Amino acid sequence: MADAASPSPGDSPRSPLDGSRGLSRRALLGGAAAVAGAAAVAGGAGFAAGRETAGLPASATYPFFGAHQSGIVTPQQDRLHFAAFDITTDSRDRVIALLRRWTEAASRLMTGSDLGSGAAGGSYAAPPDDTGEALGLPASGLTITFGFGPGLFDERFGLEDLRPAQLIDLPGFAGDTLDERFTGGDLCIQACADDPQVAVHAIRNLSRIAFGDAAIRWAQLGFGRTSSTTRAQDTPRNFMGFKDGTANVRAEDSDLIDRWVWADAADGQAWMAGGSYMVARRIRILAEIWDRTSLGEQEATVGRTKGTGAPLSGGAEFTEPDFGRLGSDGQPLIRPTSHVALAHPSAHGGARMLRRGYNFTDGADALGRLDAGLFFLAFVRDPREQFVPVQNALSSSDVMTIDYLRTTGSALFAVPAGVPAGSTLGDGGAFVGEALFAS
Amino acid sequence: MSRPALSTSARAAAVTLAAVLPLAACVPNAPAGSESIAVDSSDTACEVATTSVPSGNVVFDVTNSGGDVTEFYLLAEDGLRIIAEVENVGPGLTRQLVAQLAPGEYVTACKPGMVGDGIQAAFTVTDSGVELATGDRAEQLDAAAEAYVLYVRSQVESLVEKTDAFLAAYTASNDDEARALYADARVHWERIEPVAESFGDLDPSMDAREADLAEGEEWTGWHRMEKNLWPPAEGYAVTSEERAALAERLAADTAELASRVNAEDFSIDAFQIGNGAKELLDEVASGKITGEEEAWSHTDLWDFQANVDGAAVAFGVLRDVVNETDPELVTELDERFADLNGLLEQYGSVDDGFVLYTDLTDEQIVELSRAVDALGEPLSRLTAAAVL
Repeated sequence: MADAASPSPGDSPRSPLDGSRGLSRRALLGGAAAVAGAAAVAGGAGFAAGRETAGLPASATYPFFGAHQSGIVTPQQDRLHFAAFDITTDSRDRVIALLRRWTEAASRLMTGSDLGSGAAGGSYAAPPDDTGEALGLPASGLTITFGFGPGLFDERFGLEDLRPAQLIDLPGFAGDTLDERFTGGDLCIQACADDPQVAVHAIRNLSRIAFGDAAIRWAQLGFGRTSSTTRAQDTPRNFMGFKDGTANVRAEDSDLIDRWVWADAADGQAWMAGGSYMVARRIRILAEIWDRTSLGEQEATVGRTKGTGAPLSGGAEFTEPDFGRLGSDGQPLIRPTSHVALAHPSAHGGARMLRRGYNFTDGADALGRLDAGLFFLAFVRDPREQFVPVQNALSSSDVMTIDYLRTTGSALFAVPAGVPAGSTLGDGGAFVGEALFAS
Repeated sequence: MSRPALSTSARAAAVTLAAVLPLAACVPNAPAGSESIAVDSSDTACEVATTSVPSGNVVFDVTNSGGDVTEFYLLAEDGLRIIAEVENVGPGLTRQLVAQLAPGEYVTACKPGMVGDGIQAAFTVTDSGVELATGDRAEQLDAAAEAYVLYVRSQVESLVEKTDAFLAAYTASNDDEARALYADARVHWERIEPVAESFGDLDPSMDAREADLAEGEEWTGWHRMEKNLWPPAEGYAVTSEERAALAERLAADTAELASRVNAEDFSIDAFQIGNGAKELLDEVASGKITGEEEAWSHTDLWDFQANVDGAAVAFGVLRDVVNETDPELVTELDERFADLNGLLEQYGSVDDGFVLYTDLTDEQIVELSRAVDALGEPLSRLTAAAVL
């Protein structure tokens, strides 16, 4: 059921068959007999039901237009394809043109439509406009979120003075083992969906229409969301086997979202009003070593029980941790060096993050060890207040971070506001980040 | 460095699991088929689901339904001597206690708020005919701990001597000599690394790698000198004054380490020994097998061998105890240690020196890594087999 997702206002799931904003791929192809046959096989009601993930219908469709970009407070989907891009042109006009193309394409992809003249409907003499692997698949809750890295604000495009103070070059954190292959980027796209093929289709096609102006610098596939962004979603587990993101800010916490997620014109750069900042960290888990760690040590390291996720000070999953509750040895039941103690908002002046991370595995490393972990994604209003202090605390004192995690990738992006409803797209039309280039 | 582990995680776990070492004849896992006994510890009552069980492995699932932290004890008939206990059960949480119980009369006790004598009740263990391990576990574990403390002290003594010699060469700018002494001195640190690291202030000062530092943190200790002695192609210099300061600090830190492990009240319990063995293998798996530990000197195989040596000694002192609780584990560990040491022998020895990490082929590194995992997995079961 679409309403089971408890979407936030202005972010309501919509069946692609509503057809109110563009056609679904299925509807679009209804007349093309050969392809329609294949689509019909894959497009039955049973198929859609079979792909339900975490209580969300596979047919969820989220609106592209709105005050904020989608993919932030949207109920977190189960799959991710994230890509960071280098801008390969020095032309400001070409960057603007790219953002226009991306904006229009994203608005279509999110409705479940294919691009241009489609995957099978264009000129016989030309390659199809759409790559085609999502033919017959519903929108699958696809959201596409664009971000701007520090490189967009270098000398090439005349935007130096518009770089937000919040868009810092992240400092070196103790123990980081960053791999340049997973670091930085001038632009980024976060594509989330409940079907991995739909998310990959989005990145593939968006990178295709960027050739010449931007090229993928690095990318990450994720699966198994590691956060809940709405109250209706269960808290999922990360690769350490623990519930992750219990204390996450949820879409329903609108005061917290306004305070800690959405940028305001008064924050410094007016063009960022309604936007946010996305922290991306590729955190590898030393799985083999963690797996050899006793249950007691695992729980002490996290500060929560493995089974229910209750804090070790007692209660159930959502009971607030009591860091002052002492055990028989006079020490706190939740160790001060546990992950929950060091990351808790109470240790950071109440600072919160909207986490939206994913599990990932890229197979095995050269030694046959699982190359897997958490692709940490978080949206914050000011990384200097909300991410850097927390990460510093974890990097210097958190037994979990020091002993069992290796951060191999890192990037920060400014995520501009959404494209207002009613905007005209295309040549001369609205685009994501328009306010920046108009400033 | 990389793991300030023993002081934090291992001790935290010891407290959390809280099967008391000395008197509890506990067993590592709830055996299949043994039914657990529910214990409901509220603020005012201690409800044990049954008051009589057959002898053998007995499992209690202790749920705290009260509002304060609680403890559950299994006491001897006198209501005083502790047979087994589980501590620090927060409100709403459930903890398991596994004990191996001989026939006889016992007393159960919940202690909500962790004060007073607790809410006691009689508990009977009938004779099931199951044979139980006998030996006096407490004495065995005490002996193991004493033996391990002596090992730690002897390694630190060697570390002090060899560090002095290394630093003398280093400060005199006899770089060839310093390079020759570097890896051999560090062997004694690496053998007892989890103990050294349990002193959270000394470890970062003595053994930090460059990547361990946050921006702006001062880098001191072995690896700073390593980079100085095996410098990158260009752009890295250390003045003689800086050398002297680095040497002075490492000498002082090493002396401090020696004074702490030689203190009368320095002790290590069996839990820490077992976990330390596991952590030594973790060190190999996370730092040495990848060549990260000695990024400039590439003397990782010395550290590798030293970590394995230290783990073998920890296993050795617990061997008799584990032989009673899990003889198959002893057999497996013997085989896995022999396999790994056999592989390492191909590349040298601590006495004669090893080949450099950079001389190993990818295939050889994979082979070593697999042997480390093959040992690390059963070694991670050592603690539970020894103390629970």
